[in-house]
Amino acid sequence: MPARDPGLQPERTRLAWRRTTLTCTIVAVLAAKSAIRDEVTAAGLAGAALTALVWVGFLAVAHRRIHALDAARPGPLSRRGALFAAACTVALAALAVAVVL
Amino acid sequence: MSSFVQSLRLWFAPQRIRDEGETPDYRFSLANERTFLAWIRTALALVGGGFAVDQFLPDLRWGVRVGFALALLGAGVLCALRAVNHWVRCERAMRRGEDLPVSRFPTVLSLAVAVVALAMVLVILFDWTGR
Repeated sequence: MPARDPGLQPERTRLAWRRTTLTCTIVAVLAAKSAIRDEVTAAGLAGAALTALVWVGFLAVAHRRIHALDAARPGPLSRRGALFAAACTVALAALAVAVVL
Repeated sequence: MSSFVQSLRLWFAPQRIRDEGETPDYRFSLANERTFLAWIRTALALVGGGFAVDQFLPDLRWGVRVGFALALLGAGVLCALRAVNHWVRCERAMRRGEDLPVSRFPTVLSLAVAVVALAMVLVILFDWTGR
């Protein structure tokens, strides 16, 4: 059993998580910026705080998964991790709907 | 539709899949995971597009702007949900040694994005800004 997969599958997967985290960061910044526009309101602050929470949650899931990928033969992604990543996206979309309307 | 409900149940039942069939080569699972992440990025990009429409096209009439933003956000949500669904179904198919599921979703999504993009070009080109 080789210590490292010659196809570098765990590394590629790790980089995919990093790309996704970066995309999530950009969307979160856009969301926070939209929530706090010209004047700072309570609703705007709540929106920005929620955005930060979603972003930190995504960061935590990505970090855990990247850590798990360190194994020579990493196991598959957990159902909870996949659901959480999708839920973060849906939460950001819900925030966007609140901002738009 | 019943197959959708069935896979919906699978979303929340981790043991169900683990018990089924044989564990595939971890590289296949990782490839499936990367495909899932690519779909999540697509979904995030669509959501970001919704924010961008709202922020950077302030001259558009309210209804038009909200319509575009909601179309993009809706596509993003659908994309994220279908990413999980497709990932679960692929994982199960690999365990059972079945063919991977085929789907119309990529075609539908590209057509929807094309329609929204075309509509945006038309609106901006003909200056339907409501002023």
